[in-house]
Amino acid sequence: MDAVFDFPRVDFHAFGPEIVLVVVLGVLLLVDLVFEERARWASSTIAGIGLLAALVPVLTLAVAGDDRSMFGGAYVVDNFALVLKGLFLVAGYVTVLISTDYIGEGDYYEGEYYFMLLSSLLGMTVMASARDLLSIFVALELLSIPAYLLAGWRKRDLRGNEASLKYYLLGVFASAVMLYGMSLVFGVAGSTLLSRIGDAVSAGPRSAPVITVGIVFVVVGFAFKVSAVPFHTWAPDTYEGAPTPITAFLSVASKAAGFVALVQLVFIGFLGRDDVWAPMFWLLAALTMTVGNLIALRQTNLVRLLAYSSVAQAGFMLAPFAVAADIPAARGGTGGAIGSVVTYLLIYSAMNLGAFAVVMAVARKTRSGEISSYGGLFQYAPGLTVLMSIFLFALAGIPPLAGWYAKFVVFKSLLDAGTTAGIALAVVGVVNSVVALFYYASVAREMWMSPVPEGQDLAAVRVPPALGASLALCAAATLAIGVAPNLIARLGDVALFGTLP
Amino acid sequence: MDGLDDVALSAAVFLPLAGAVVMLLVPRRRETEHKVIALLTTLATFAVGIYVLLRFDYGRADVLQFNVDASWIDVINSRYIVGVDGISLPLLLLSMFVCVLVVVYSWSHFPEPHNPKAFLILVLVLETGMNGTFVAQDLILFFVFFEVVLLPMYFMIGVWGGEQRQYAAIKFFLFTLFGSALMILGFLALFFRGGQTFAIQELVAVASDTIPRSTQLIIFGALFMGFAIKVPMFPFHTWLPDAHTQAPTQGSVILAAILLKLGTYGFVRIAIPILPEAARAWAPWIGGLAVIGIIYGALACLAQSDMKRLIAFSSVAHMGYVMLGIATLTDFGINAAVFGMVAHGLITGMLFFVAGSVKDRLHTLELSRLGGLLLQAPRLGWVLGFCAMASLGLPGLAGFWGEFPAILAAYNPAPGLSQELFRAYMVIAAIGTVFAAGYLLWMLQRAAFGTPTKEFADHPVPDMRWPEYLAWTPMLLLIVVLGLFPGLLFGVTDGAVGTALAAFGGQ
Repeated sequence: MDAVFDFPRVDFHAFGPEIVLVVVLGVLLLVDLVFEERARWASSTIAGIGLLAALVPVLTLAVAGDDRSMFGGAYVVDNFALVLKGLFLVAGYVTVLISTDYIGEGDYYEGEYYFMLLSSLLGMTVMASARDLLSIFVALELLSIPAYLLAGWRKRDLRGNEASLKYYLLGVFASAVMLYGMSLVFGVAGSTLLSRIGDAVSAGPRSAPVITVGIVFVVVGFAFKVSAVPFHTWAPDTYEGAPTPITAFLSVASKAAGFVALVQLVFIGFLGRDDVWAPMFWLLAALTMTVGNLIALRQTNLVRLLAYSSVAQAGFMLAPFAVAADIPAARGGTGGAIGSVVTYLLIYSAMNLGAFAVVMAVARKTRSGEISSYGGLFQYAPGLTVLMSIFLFALAGIPPLAGWYAKFVVFKSLLDAGTTAGIALAVVGVVNSVVALFYYASVAREMWMSPVPEGQDLAAVRVPPALGASLALCAAATLAIGVAPNLIARLGDVALFGTLP
Repeated sequence: MDGLDDVALSAAVFLPLAGAVVMLLVPRRRETEHKVIALLTTLATFAVGIYVLLRFDYGRADVLQFNVDASWIDVINSRYIVGVDGISLPLLLLSMFVCVLVVVYSWSHFPEPHNPKAFLILVLVLETGMNGTFVAQDLILFFVFFEVVLLPMYFMIGVWGGEQRQYAAIKFFLFTLFGSALMILGFLALFFRGGQTFAIQELVAVASDTIPRSTQLIIFGALFMGFAIKVPMFPFHTWLPDAHTQAPTQGSVILAAILLKLGTYGFVRIAIPILPEAARAWAPWIGGLAVIGIIYGALACLAQSDMKRLIAFSSVAHMGYVMLGIATLTDFGINAAVFGMVAHGLITGMLFFVAGSVKDRLHTLELSRLGGLLLQAPRLGWVLGFCAMASLGLPGLAGFWGEFPAILAAYNPAPGLSQELFRAYMVIAAIGTVFAAGYLLWMLQRAAFGTPTKEFADHPVPDMRWPEYLAWTPMLLLIVVLGLFPGLLFGVTDGAVGTALAAFGGQ
């Protein structure tokens, strides 16, 4: 047999978003290298425009509408991939907006900062299309390694170092666990393609212990990434020590990328073995919601509170996994579960980014993230107070703010399954929604009802335009989706896997 | 005119919100403009209400009118369906009416920390939520509006309230949220078991046939939690005295006059028509809790030393009569319940207004420190006396028609319910009216009769001022008119109640 190298067919249109990102990365590096200090200001602009430019091919691909598959099915561009790429790019754009002044005013390396941020985003866009163990792993490392560096960006700050180191060590550990699981799965399936793994897993004897161990390890590895309890311990320290825009980025985009990988692995690769992963996810979801909320109750620092709240929110996103296999096909089957996870992710991103943007705006004046420093905010920054209240109560799931619909679709999935396990998890979710309200409302109470702390002047908080734009974007999304969930419901609904392998 | 009819209800719901948006754009220090905008908005909304009232076809009060059915959230098959029938119409108008008066009363009564802009915006957002709840005919739409009222009320109590305001505000919020979280699970269960629809009318038609009885009982339980906490019924009432006592006057009035009715309205509009079998099974328990609430509320009133807290507990007792009327599942009982809702809204709303004005003048509502109001401010004292009489159910005033028929209905409950049990309830409820007379007269005696206490003997107590005249006269008139001509209201509600009880054979 001739060993002829078959050049794989490359669909450049399908690669559009990634190509644009790579070009922007190159431009960023060159500009920084050639103009040095003189072009410091330009890097955030280039990064922002670049991210918007990368959205263009996402849109053209969505308009073209057909599913595209490359490399034998290892790289697929379908509706699911497009919706999530859109999410990553928009979340990235908002991150650039909230970073602009923070990074510009600090003593930071601007060019490198945006380079890292965009590299991480590139990894995420790849992740949305990766349907192969190898491409998933490569995407994961591509998105994680820059994130480790970004977490320690304040390198003279002790807590920054701790943040970065913890994140790095635990992240690498999680990768190793996951990789071991992947190797076991590959050993049995004989392929790294998720679709082939899916066939092998369903066809083989259900009790094959090797596959069971493999699935458990892979899921545990990603449980670290999405900071599910009991693998969440890195999140609060990392979130507190990292620069606030990066905290926002990690808690939204990076978490979303972990969920994307989980969705692909579980619903394509491991679909036949729900006897292994369904109970795991049930436990993870229940623990994550409950523990995240209970610890959040005790926080006195707003960033840490948001960190634990984002842990708890991840619990809600894990919940549909637990019942996915039980949802009858007539009600969408696993598609229903995927839809609710995606919908939750989209809404959560808007609310959480918004909350962090307010934290940054307030910190510009108070230089503090302590909840007590928010006392009487309503008296000198009524606009920011209203916005923060909108985001917090949206996170709590109070209609007509967007969060209610996110919670609603999750409850719907849980009851869709019609199993006792589903109903039980829904009740756990209800109790947790009430607990969560308590700490979200306590922040609101501080802002609206408490007196201004001693030594705090009553000058207004100046919000720079970029930060203001990000606030406006997030608030508009939070309000609009809450009143007209149709805007996003369709995205959740079409975000299903394509029919191509 | 059909075009106008189509938008009428949506206008009633969203006009206040539009007003709130306009106010957001006006700077904070222009207080008069804020007041004017808020007043015009509530008046315009009320005008829409009057239009609906005039165009309403009273011959067909049993069917939904001014129907609009538009797509909203296709993915979950939830639609924007609004409409009014004889049950919603009085409550919708009550809500619009009270909001106008609250804005009028606010003209010179802004509690600390002042800020009319934020305060009036919250009132308008509240109005949107309340009007929306009364016209929504889709469970998800209902749920959203039902929840919209939470945030403004939380802030109103928490920012403008009394000493214990933060505690009261969060307690109110957590209780209600817990109930509504269970309620939404109940709605979802109805959706899955009842034919994949959230439209109330469709569910009424199919749910009782397609859902197995045991599941119906559980779903009713979830809905019960949501509505009973809002009413509030006896074991879930503990948020109410705190919320009422701490809320600013306007907040108490809105809470008593309208928010509590969202719960009872939920029973009449959703729980009973959709799940009649389960309602029958639950009715003895609901009736039992209702009469416990009547007696407990009355006894608690006798133990209060604070006027506002006393009125708050009297609300628990009065809502007990409303729930007793509902629990009989008879045409008669539920008509009485709807009447009771409106009457309680007007009368208790008025009592809170008066209590607020007394507090404005004397800065206390401790009954032991009050006295001689009739000497110091005779008009205010007479209004208080009038409202106390109305509240204890004096025939000829509106309160009578809420209580008396509810008690009477318990004599002969719907078939399938134990007559003996409900007759026992009837006796207990009747004893409750005696207690009611007791605590209300006691309150009146302590606050208004006698001579002023030493502390306030030389304290100037101005009598009623023009915002008070303007805000109260319409309410007092309505209490008399409805008391003398109860048919005005019973005529509107009767047909719709019959439809709601269709499953019980038109009892």
